Amino acid sequence: MSQTDTAPRVADGAGAVGRVGESAGRPDARQKVTGEFAYSSDLWLDGMAWGATLRSPHPRAVIGNLDIGKALAVPGVHAVLTHDDVPGRRVYGLEIPDQPVLAWDQIRYQGEAVAIVAADHPETARRALDQIAVSYTVLDPVTDARAALADGAARVHSGGNLVRHVKIRRGDPRAVAEVEVSGEYQIGMQDQAFLGPESGLAVPAADGGVDLFVATQWLHVDRAQVAASLGLPEEMVRVTLAGVGGAFGAREDVSMQIHACLLALRTGRPVKMVYSREESFFGHVHRHPASLRYTHGATADGHLVYIRADVVLDGGAYASSSPAVVANAATLGAGPYEVPNVHIDCRAAYTNNPPCGAMRGFGAVQACFAYESQMDKLAARLGLDPVELRVRNAMREGSTVPTGQVVDSAAPVAELLKLVSARPLPPPALAGGDPDLRALPGGVSNTTHGEGVVRGIGYGVGIKNICFSEGFDDYSTARVRLSLIDGEPAADVHTAAAEVGQGLVTLQAQIARTELGVDLVRVVPADTSVGSSGSSSASRQSYMTGGAVRAACEELRTLLLKRARAAFPHHDDLALAGGELVSARDGVVAGLAALLGEPAEVTVTWRHRPTTALDPETGQGNAHVQFAFAAHRAIVDVDTELGLVKVVELACAQDVGRAMNPQAVEGQIHGGTAQGLGLALMEEIQVAGGKVRNPSFTDYLIPTILDMPPMQLDVLELADPHAPYGLRGVGEPPTLSSTPAIVAAIRAATGLALTRIPVRPEHITGTA
Amino acid sequence: MRVNLRVNGRELTADDVWEGESLLYVLRERLGLPGSKNACEQGECGSCTVYLDDLPVCACLVAAGQAEGRDVVTVEGLANGGELGQVQRAFMAAGAVQCGFCTPGLIMQASDLLRATVGAGGPAPGDAEIREALAGNLCRCTGYEKILDAVRLAAAWTLDGAEPGREAEGRR
Repeated sequence: MSQTDTAPRVADGAGAVGRVGESAGRPDARQKVTGEFAYSSDLWLDGMAWGATLRSPHPRAVIGNLDIGKALAVPGVHAVLTHDDVPGRRVYGLEIPDQPVLAWDQIRYQGEAVAIVAADHPETARRALDQIAVSYTVLDPVTDARAALADGAARVHSGGNLVRHVKIRRGDPRAVAEVEVSGEYQIGMQDQAFLGPESGLAVPAADGGVDLFVATQWLHVDRAQVAASLGLPEEMVRVTLAGVGGAFGAREDVSMQIHACLLALRTGRPVKMVYSREESFFGHVHRHPASLRYTHGATADGHLVYIRADVVLDGGAYASSSPAVVANAATLGAGPYEVPNVHIDCRAAYTNNPPCGAMRGFGAVQACFAYESQMDKLAARLGLDPVELRVRNAMREGSTVPTGQVVDSAAPVAELLKLVSARPLPPPALAGGDPDLRALPGGVSNTTHGEGVVRGIGYGVGIKNICFSEGFDDYSTARVRLSLIDGEPAADVHTAAAEVGQGLVTLQAQIARTELGVDLVRVVPADTSVGSSGSSSASRQSYMTGGAVRAACEELRTLLLKRARAAFPHHDDLALAGGELVSARDGVVAGLAALLGEPAEVTVTWRHRPTTALDPETGQGNAHVQFAFAAHRAIVDVDTELGLVKVVELACAQDVGRAMNPQAVEGQIHGGTAQGLGLALMEEIQVAGGKVRNPSFTDYLIPTILDMPPMQLDVLELADPHAPYGLRGVGEPPTLSSTPAIVAAIRAATGLALTRIPVRPEHITGTA
Repeated sequence: MRVNLRVNGRELTADDVWEGESLLYVLRERLGLPGSKNACEQGECGSCTVYLDDLPVCACLVAAGQAEGRDVVTVEGLANGGELGQVQRAFMAAGAVQCGFCTPGLIMQASDLLRATVGAGGPAPGDAEIREALAGNLCRCTGYEKILDAVRLAAAWTLDGAEPGREAEGRR
């Protein structure tokens, strides 16, 4: 597929049309362009109260007195709760339940929740928070992740500061090479910065349970954590997905879920909680800052001999998904290259910085910036073109990755690099006459008319695992029901998979239309009345929930065929095709409708092929389900006097196995690339002494339409025989490679080493 | 306090408004119009863009009292009796909608740009002009490419006086 053949099919008033492989429109698009789509912050019920959260201003402290008396006396306040009011498990967490629902005794990061309030107006709730008296004994925070892992460091948790250590040992640890390059790379803390704030509505139910409507990535793990802390059986906590305004990993951990339910059950009223943007910066985990020390050895003709790395990720105050992030950074830490000898140590540390967890790219992003920076350094040392060096070492199908796993489907790393490098170059900014200010670094700020502006070109390529790894029981559940609506067959597809903007609702309907041959398909709102679909993360939902919906449709066809043989016993050669019952001899026997006197329904739990754990000493194991690759070329203009960067163009090539919805695939590549640009140039939560200095969109910058350049895409469709429809997860790979490509381009323009991202103007001007 | 204003052509009254409330809060929580979005409430993201007396503004930065007696148009007011506006249709056709949280604000801002350009008999805005006009609207999902496509498409439809598929849809 090329980028030009994706002319969209316009969704009509009845909803989306289209089957697998077509650019079907989103079924929710009409509601989203009219403002009718109900996001989690839009929910409203008569008599509902507003929740608010008191957060610690200190990153490390001991709590003394906690007095809520004055807050309770504020007119309009319905409840004020502290840790004493948590009836069940007082901690939560995705992998290790180590985070207090409401803090007691210890404060481990700035923004940690201490108390919650329900009141008749959000402002009343905020004023009540001001009336809660907390005395803190402030302690020196642990803020440096490497220092936190040293002997004798102050402990953030009683068990020590190491969250996880993953070792990769392959080949000869003492291998020698003709050429060696080393570097240490630093990555700042990136925020997912979804636009729809953490929010939801908890409604107390007559059975003593609660119904929660919330924006999340994984309904069932939310439910498990909420139920545990409420001290309720899971079936008394019913979670329904409300409209999600973006996720990118930040909704994998719970934020307001438990708090809103506690308040609802205490007050007997529906309770709505909506974080402000500032609170959102404290209300979810971030991308791990990292320190990565790499040494690459190669032959004089540019073949990698070894990679050695020591990677430390700052996990912040609580574990979140750090254990899995560490595994990704370690197992993918050598990049998409064939390397015979690999020795990687990757650790995550507890500190008193903000907790870090899932963000698009999940550990692979940090590693990719380091190994790609190293490849450029090695190319420069060898006098080789950076693309040529990468191509010489490129992984391919049949290669063995450093965990010993053999890549058993397409790995077109060299082809992707060749595609982006072969694209024609855009004209120079200063071609002819007066330059358009808007095309120059600094734009209409009028900071240059071209003087001091230098162009650079850079490349990056990355490897990302798709789906959950390391032997995790990864599955998705789909319920598909066929019935008649006004005599026409119609399918209901019901899963708990979270639509977070990526287009999964569209895809589920496309699969049902394709597999069942019906036009009328409704994707039922996701909730916990059906089995888990796992998280909308790890680029896994097309694979997993797509796979589950297809499997359910296949089972439904089997069931219908059984009905058909009973209904038409004189035909022994029946099949279902295109929504019709067909006899090989006699052609069409009947429409589907003839088989749907009774509705037909199946529920299927679908798994990908199993993976295995990593050996704890060597990191060997078939830990991953699927690998995905993307490559970028970046072209930048740099104002070397002011340190301003204008990204002129980004080209991306990615293999998606099968473009299930070409328009949506492009949208994922564009959006993932933009987040990589943000990390390269502007996005950083600035943390000093454990405190966040820029919790707003005024001071935490994400790319605007002026920052994003035009993009050129090449989308390959090299089917993975192990995956449904041959597809390969799309969302994360482009987030990996755009960052190193952009930084490489700035290096090419300036000759600077630039080992830290985001690259700030002062790094370019030398005034940092 | 009480606030009287005209929203999408209807005279509306909001009672018991606290003086610190924004126009955005009144629209969303008191008048049942949550289409304008609350992504930052600091005037940085453009998600709450509405027209106040025909000028695009961030509703989060307008105090509710400032809207007294004035004319407000929100994203809910763009569809004419269920018939979507051209920019709305173009966003759908171009794939410019993902999570959609930025979409109402972008559609308001893009509609204002097109009203002032092709809608006033002028030429289609160039890419640099579109980028400048939409620079105050953050989107975290799309990387903006398909938003640019949508604006170009809507401009082209206006200039051509025709839109593929519209005639067929009208006959149904």
